[in-house]
Amino acid sequence: MTEIRFSGFGGQGIIRCGLITGKALAIFDNKHATMTQSFGPEARGSACSSQLVVSDDRVLYPYISTPEILISMSQEAYEKYEPELIEDGILIIDKDLVKTKPPRGNIKTYVVPSTRFAEELGNRIIANLVMLGFFTAITRIVSPEAMKKALPGLVPSRFLDLNIKAFDRGYEYGKKILDEEKKVTKKKVTKTKK
Amino acid sequence: MKEEDRLQERPPIEDFLRMDRIPHIWCPGCGIGTVVTSFAEALKKSELDLDKVAILSGIGCTGRVAGYVKLDSIHTTHGRALPVATGLKLANPELKVVVFSGDGDIAGIGGNHFIHAARRNMDILIICVNNFNYAMTGGQVAATTPIDANASTAPYGNFEYPFSLPYLAEASGATYVARWTALHLRRVTKSIQEALGKRGFSFIEVITPCVTLYARRNRLGDGLNLLKYYYEKSEIQHGADTRTLDISYQGKLIVGKFVDKEKPTFLDCMNEHLGKVLGDKYQPYGVYHDGD
Amino acid sequence: MKKVKADPKGVLTGSHYLDGDYAIAEGALAAGCQFFAGYPITPSTETAERFSERIPTIGGVFIQMEDELASIAALIGAAWGGKKAMTVTSGPGFSLMMENIGLACMLETPLVIANVQRGGPSTGLPTLTGQQDMMQVKWGSHGDYEIIALSPDSPQECFDLTIEAFNLSEMYRVPVFVMTDECVGHMHEKVVIPPAEEIELVERKWYTGPKSKYLPFKPDKDMIPFMVKAGDGYHFHITGLTHDERGYPVINAECQDVCVRHLNDKIRTKADEIIRFEEDKTDDADVVVISYGITSRVTTRAVRKAREAGLKVGTIRLITVWPFPEKRIKELAKKIKAFIVPEINYGQVVIEVERCAAGQAPAIPVSHCGGWVHDPDDIFKAIKEAAQ
Repeated sequence: MTEIRFSGFGGQGIIRCGLITGKALAIFDNKHATMTQSFGPEARGSACSSQLVVSDDRVLYPYISTPEILISMSQEAYEKYEPELIEDGILIIDKDLVKTKPPRGNIKTYVVPSTRFAEELGNRIIANLVMLGFFTAITRIVSPEAMKKALPGLVPSRFLDLNIKAFDRGYEYGKKILDEEKKVTKKKVTKTKK
Repeated sequence: MKEEDRLQERPPIEDFLRMDRIPHIWCPGCGIGTVVTSFAEALKKSELDLDKVAILSGIGCTGRVAGYVKLDSIHTTHGRALPVATGLKLANPELKVVVFSGDGDIAGIGGNHFIHAARRNMDILIICVNNFNYAMTGGQVAATTPIDANASTAPYGNFEYPFSLPYLAEASGATYVARWTALHLRRVTKSIQEALGKRGFSFIEVITPCVTLYARRNRLGDGLNLLKYYYEKSEIQHGADTRTLDISYQGKLIVGKFVDKEKPTFLDCMNEHLGKVLGDKYQPYGVYHDGD
Repeated sequence: MKKVKADPKGVLTGSHYLDGDYAIAEGALAAGCQFFAGYPITPSTETAERFSERIPTIGGVFIQMEDELASIAALIGAAWGGKKAMTVTSGPGFSLMMENIGLACMLETPLVIANVQRGGPSTGLPTLTGQQDMMQVKWGSHGDYEIIALSPDSPQECFDLTIEAFNLSEMYRVPVFVMTDECVGHMHEKVVIPPAEEIELVERKWYTGPKSKYLPFKPDKDMIPFMVKAGDGYHFHITGLTHDERGYPVINAECQDVCVRHLNDKIRTKADEIIRFEEDKTDDADVVVISYGITSRVTTRAVRKAREAGLKVGTIRLITVWPFPEKRIKELAKKIKAFIVPEINYGQVVIEVERCAAGQAPAIPVSHCGGWVHDPDDIFKAIKEAAQ
């Protein structure tokens, strides 16, 4: 079982992130995925989040308490939700929107300039898709094929191609980061050997 | 017609009433029965298929009308005849739906439904019997009680502004608005007949005597005295500005047909709008053609 | 009882990722509901939104009424106009509907009401979960009457049980309630909608005899009277007053007895046919946890932990909450140490369990006042204490 929290501010498509990932897992990757979201006035404008519980069996407890993965696309959301991330969790942030504190425990932090990439692709509104691509590459919890299949119906059809482009951009960047990480690890290993 | 046939002929109203429920509960001198007679008369003249006419009432003296009229008839809860009628009309748009109820039911507890049904131009005819008080419960003050009139819960006289129902109806969107008194029975019949032939939200107010409570409490005499008041103080002003129709205690009663216009109904608007926006994908609803 | 296949027009066959609110709307459409009247209220509004978006291309009416009094009233009119009708609401709106829920019962009108429960009383917690209307649904309108209430534990069951609610309402000519809650209502999960030919619907019990002989409240052999619709020439009369088989008001104690007994007994005597619950590992159980809706999922987690700890614990998940599985509770009460009843309220269904157990076994509430689902550990602790 894995608990994931997508967070940011209202208007960034944070709920959409949970929906797309949940749909990809539940419909196309044959997993159980339960998505909940924060409702109420606090969900509009300020910190906003959607939660996903992923499991091979039926999800019994729909909410998350100690997420393994936290995605933050705003400073406020990062500060609000970072403390609940488990000690060896994965933190994924937007490079230009979140300044992190000194790392805690064995938390692995991955950084992507999702908003900047989205702007380069022509519209910052698709930053969430860049983020989803990146998240997919880094966590490997969901297949990129399933994610793309999940998009129709959840993004406006006339922007489907653009959204896929954004996803791919994030995904490729994520793979590159992982490759570099491997090289660094190898180097480290080589060094130790010497 | 031969004399014996004439003798055997039942009063025409019997075809429209549940004779197995007669005698009715209304007091001697009450005006509700006379309005029902006008309704039956109008229904007959309208030549509508009686299978396709439904009548609904709320609660109160007039609320009992649905129980006496031999049509598909629903006696609902207090104030809710209009929303039940809305559901009925929308579920089966080929029906002519009539709400027959009192002032307390329609303008008091059901006031919100009244203005919204009018706003939507729901294709419903409302016949509102206004006797200036809550009669079934013993003559309490109502939203229509004239200032200074006495009521059991206004024992020192009413000091609240009453509604002018035709004004309220027109302001809310009604396409047919008329007011008469129990004295103007032929006019009532004609108005009902006209409104039965119309599509849209039609409102007919009939001011009637409540002899047992309103008249007794205000020492206004019997039914005849009240009809005399209607005779002396009513003035027919067709097309009058509905802003001028306030009723003061025993004051002037401006009656007549004030509004009679055409406007697409709720279902017309729904079909037109959704058809325009959704094109061929839209499934037109409740559109009946000859031969359907 | 006549069963028919669902009309494919309303059935969105396939796998979907839906929240409970949307799934209720899809269930209604699959069940052939063509009339929806409602008033916006969190956390139920999404059902109305979904229905209003979908119905124009299927054929039917969505109308947003001026309030919940009007919504339920419109349903009664629509049902007597021949349509399957539903509304959805939450606490405050549910309270407003109470009077005409009584009218619907009195007129033996088939209709479906979904209540996406939130924390109460009053405005309470509009955006947070609760199971606090479980007694209100049974007792909220004045007078003696019976209703049927179902409690889905997932968006999938929101879909399935909404169809079932329509079927039960037609079968028994009674209002049926889908009592879900904010958590399930707003929770997205996979919902599989089968092909139309696999969805079985109960058709309204239409009268077909001679027109002059129609009696709207004359019980048939199965106690359920036949129904007609306005416009078909029956010139029926129906009233919220105490009435006889003709629908005519009769204001005396004798008629009251016949009329009200019928409203209750047509459900009470059929309770065994109506009631559905899931029972697990109660054979050798010392403790039985009774739960419903979202709480039953959390309970499953607590019970797994308890079994791992060697505790003999069984479960009953209520799918039908009303009528209540009285007989089964009575049987179990004789052989177990205790019932545990977790629910998102300050103790409601636990009172019914206590009544049925009749002193043979205690009914221990695991209650809280709403706003969150239980911590499974709270249920686990209660099981552990009761088992010892």
